Amino acid sequence: MAETAATWPDDIFEVFRQMGIRQVAYVPDAGHTRLIDLCRADNRIRAVGLTTEEDGVALLAGAWLGGQRGALLMQSSGVGNCINMLSLVTQCRFPLLSVVTMRGQWGEFNPWQIPMGQNSGEQLRLAGTVVYPVEEGSRVGETVEAAARIDFEGGVSAAVLIGQRVIGTKTFGGAALEESEP
Amino acid sequence: MSEKSESFVLRRRAVVAAILDGRGDTLVVAGLGSAAWDVTAAGDHPLNFPMWGAMGGSVAFALGLALAQPERRVLVLSGDGDLLMGLGSLATVAVQRPANLAVVALDNERYGETGMQETATAAGVDLTAIARGCGFPLARTVRSEAELAAAIPEIRSASGPAFFTVKVRAEKLPLALPPKDGTVLKNRFRRALLGEEAG
Repeated sequence: MAETAATWPDDIFEVFRQMGIRQVAYVPDAGHTRLIDLCRADNRIRAVGLTTEEDGVALLAGAWLGGQRGALLMQSSGVGNCINMLSLVTQCRFPLLSVVTMRGQWGEFNPWQIPMGQNSGEQLRLAGTVVYPVEEGSRVGETVEAAARIDFEGGVSAAVLIGQRVIGTKTFGGAALEESEP
Repeated sequence: MSEKSESFVLRRRAVVAAILDGRGDTLVVAGLGSAAWDVTAAGDHPLNFPMWGAMGGSVAFALGLALAQPERRVLVLSGDGDLLMGLGSLATVAVQRPANLAVVALDNERYGETGMQETATAAGVDLTAIARGCGFPLARTVRSEAELAAAIPEIRSASGPAFFTVKVRAEKLPLALPPKDGTVLKNRFRRALLGEEAG
């Protein structure tokens, strides 16, 4: 069943606060709805809606150049959009913290989500990113914190992939499976 | 079809040198290819961030920098090819409205590094109109020396986000290469901006 009272978005937000995240870039995903709302409501965080995820990679590199930490929120389909822009991060050793909500994994009804959903982790690894899959909601917060530390202290790209089982297949719009949003 | 860009009046190296003359503490992001060589030809500087890749990313990169450094002028100098690949980032900038950000499109209507093939601007796509349509409060096209002279003060200090298309001659010029190592570019920039401990 869907985790209607899931606390992991709040856990991530708390990590963002503790880690001094100042810019949060995102292409919306249903799984990130609450976290995006929390970031948008906090005047210490600049929430930047993007038209494509690769812009978030570049944006957060620029933020770091200017002395601010950031995080990129996206769904697994967005990972594919980021690949070439990750060369900016790896070549310059910019830190990049990505939090990816997975589709195409657990009871997915839309087959077009499967190519990226099944391969995002490998594609990120090939592009030089440290990947942390997490399949339990209670471990999301600590995983994001671990990724943030290796990011900002190690100058690398790290991505937390939150499994579709954590997000809850049926939470998308609260609709029945066959009526879920694309 | 209007005039071919091989006969445009303005020359990119002189345009960039004029814009950067007396740049003060301006933070400069240069898009990949000719724009990066132009900026370097005007004088390598620790507060330059010239791209060697990341095509389409110059404006988004500069937006993150501008939001992090709201008291400093942030200037993007980039080519039409790079900007066409990242058109969506103009919408993102317009929504965020960073007053300290200016974007200059050095538009020669060509992909300069790959054989001078025509870009979409050669067929009439208007970057200034796109920026205006996104919501940039200031968006202007510059074609002459007089228009450039009028635009330079705005490029340096007008409340932004501001967008300028400078129509420049399509020409092959000697390379002026900045440091290639991205960590060198990043660390020297951060030290110059944030202090020695930031490198």
